[in-house]
Amino acid sequence: MKYLTEFRNGEIAQRMAREIHAIATRPWKIMEVCGGQTHSIIKNGIDQMLPAGIEMIHGPGCPVCVTPLELIDKALAIAAQPGVIFCSFGDMLRVPGTEGDLFQVKGAGGDVRVVYSPLDAVELAAKNPDKQVVFFGVGFETTAPANAMSVHVAKRRGLKNFSLLVSHVLVPPAIAAILESPGNQVQGFLLAGHVCSVMGYWEYPPLAEKYKVPLVVTGFEPLDLLDGIRRAVVQLEAGRHEVENAYERIVKYEGNQAAQKLLTEVFEVTDRAWRGIGVIPKSGWRLSAGYREFDAEERFHITGIHTQESALCRAGDVLRGAIKPAECAAFGKECTPRHPLGATMVSSEGACAAYFNYGRFLSAEELAGAGTGLTHG
Amino acid sequence: MAENGKAGSPDFSNWSCPLPLAGYPTIVMGHGGGGKLGNELVENLFLPAFRNPALENLGDAAVLELAGGRLAMSTDSFVVQPLFFPGGSIGELAVNGTVNDLAVSGAVPKFLSASFILEEGFPLAQLAAIVEAMAKAAATAGVQIVTGDTKVVERGHGDGCYINTAGIGQLRAGIAVGPHRAQPGDAILVSGTIGDHGMAIMSVREGLEFESQIRSDCAALNGLIGEVLEAAGGAVHTMRDPTRGGLASTLNEIAQASGVGIAIDEAWLPVRQEVQSACELLGLDPVYVANEGKAVFFVAPEAAEQVLAVLRSHPLGREAARIGQVTAQHPRMLVARTAMGANRVIPIQIGEQLPRIC
Repeated sequence: MKYLTEFRNGEIAQRMAREIHAIATRPWKIMEVCGGQTHSIIKNGIDQMLPAGIEMIHGPGCPVCVTPLELIDKALAIAAQPGVIFCSFGDMLRVPGTEGDLFQVKGAGGDVRVVYSPLDAVELAAKNPDKQVVFFGVGFETTAPANAMSVHVAKRRGLKNFSLLVSHVLVPPAIAAILESPGNQVQGFLLAGHVCSVMGYWEYPPLAEKYKVPLVVTGFEPLDLLDGIRRAVVQLEAGRHEVENAYERIVKYEGNQAAQKLLTEVFEVTDRAWRGIGVIPKSGWRLSAGYREFDAEERFHITGIHTQESALCRAGDVLRGAIKPAECAAFGKECTPRHPLGATMVSSEGACAAYFNYGRFLSAEELAGAGTGLTHG
Repeated sequence: MAENGKAGSPDFSNWSCPLPLAGYPTIVMGHGGGGKLGNELVENLFLPAFRNPALENLGDAAVLELAGGRLAMSTDSFVVQPLFFPGGSIGELAVNGTVNDLAVSGAVPKFLSASFILEEGFPLAQLAAIVEAMAKAAATAGVQIVTGDTKVVERGHGDGCYINTAGIGQLRAGIAVGPHRAQPGDAILVSGTIGDHGMAIMSVREGLEFESQIRSDCAALNGLIGEVLEAAGGAVHTMRDPTRGGLASTLNEIAQASGVGIAIDEAWLPVRQEVQSACELLGLDPVYVANEGKAVFFVAPEAAEQVLAVLRSHPLGREAARIGQVTAQHPRMLVARTAMGANRVIPIQIGEQLPRIC
């Protein structure tokens, strides 16, 4: 497990945390954009290692969480149709739509399958010419190249029975929207490392300049996160606002240019609704004219969707960083991973699920008092 | 993948199916009909493989003799896919699973039943390989398969082969173990690396094949457990085999049944590098991944080192480790100390772990 254990070294982590304590003279609010980072922070207890004044605000970068309810409902409707094989990544299956989730559709006889790559879905389409195979293509820039490749391959192979139900979202417009939102408190950002591995970070200097915020490209392991936080605090303390790369072993300034070229060919920028947040202009991708024939929304013409969110769920406030999960009245009561009211309680990248799964339903005192009482021997 | 496929496939080279294969190389509905075909299956396949006096009578029930004392009984059904995987097959699982359920209850496993639900069209050569694996596993575990049944379902109504086994064992005298008997202060030991079986299955599951050297840990634990109980039986409070849901589910169940808190240290968990890497890749946590040849022991702290030494001297326990202890704090919860020195709750999973999007 080289390349992993070395980024999870407890002693080095403690040393880096002490360094952050030494640098920080004032309180700062820093948002980690990506849900994978939220998961790692909570799982490893990184937030417990920081000075009291350094607050991590959990960002909207959970693809499952921000996929609009209307699209989930469309997915449920398409998946329930006879003659359809509906393929999805695993964690979309439990996301609640207005009525039920994909697991329930599967239980009722729908052919819903978990795949690990959209190209597996293309293969299914080739093997099942009498079926319509639909892949649920959601996510940020990270998953976009594989989804783009699936329609690219389907077109090249002349497959008429493959389509993509697509709702891609983009990080830079979301950051701008958060910074422009009234009452915003975020002063610095940890940029999503894997998004930047695809896109590079050439898109971000204008944001740093316009909003005067430091933006640090950051990875996902404990030491990556502590390094990203440290660099953000150093900039904030010095009054600087630059784009910095703390994930150099993966991310290059220009990113993966072959992937970007494919994305430009297959997708075009569009306005997107973000679940819990609302429509953000030019914040997503849809299939471009040359690939529109593979758009599942056009192929299936699902109409009559009437969405209704849970009245109790405050996932939107959580995704904007306005509240912490445990501040929602339904958290751990009406809303648990077993009975999620909102998508943030479903995915392991969702902030609510991360808080619930790692015991953040306990008060800080309870958890501290819990202790493991273990002695190394 | 090619190599894995080989590792996971049954080895038919030394197996000659005793059935007259000429007419029916695959299962047909008649094999479950109670007529001539069914009898042939019994006479030519099951009886030669499992032969013992109780089975040979071929009565409606096996008649068994057991000395006095208390008995333990358990049953389990096996529906694993694929049927053959690196390190074993549904055959070994069906025997070892029930043997282990009896063994962790403090019983000496004695007799098993075996029921097959076969799908029309299932290759007889594969059934023969499964039966052979069961016979070998039963011999290794020292149990007899004394009664059985075969049903055939129409093509498309089954997944090739399902097996149910039930087992009877004799409880050892002076042993009182149970999921409700864990006590604050107990040391928690695991008999070896976790997550091997689940990841071995994942590595050959359709749509998810990945290259790896991971093999199922499927094994009968009655020998290992017998040695522990003989050495320190009175000090063992709870034993479980962490199968479905993995170590985390088993520990959570014990915490709830005993009304105690369980504290483990993530750095102490024995996990093979290949298993850890595969889990990272798929976004899974090895504490939730299934095992088929591991046992967890809750023992009085003063006996912990002795039990650990007994485990490590057994071929199935070489990588045994102490992973944590029982505490009166945080009752009914499993808390792990992370490598960062922070604490996290490890909850019971809802259903299966779902692979993440990215």
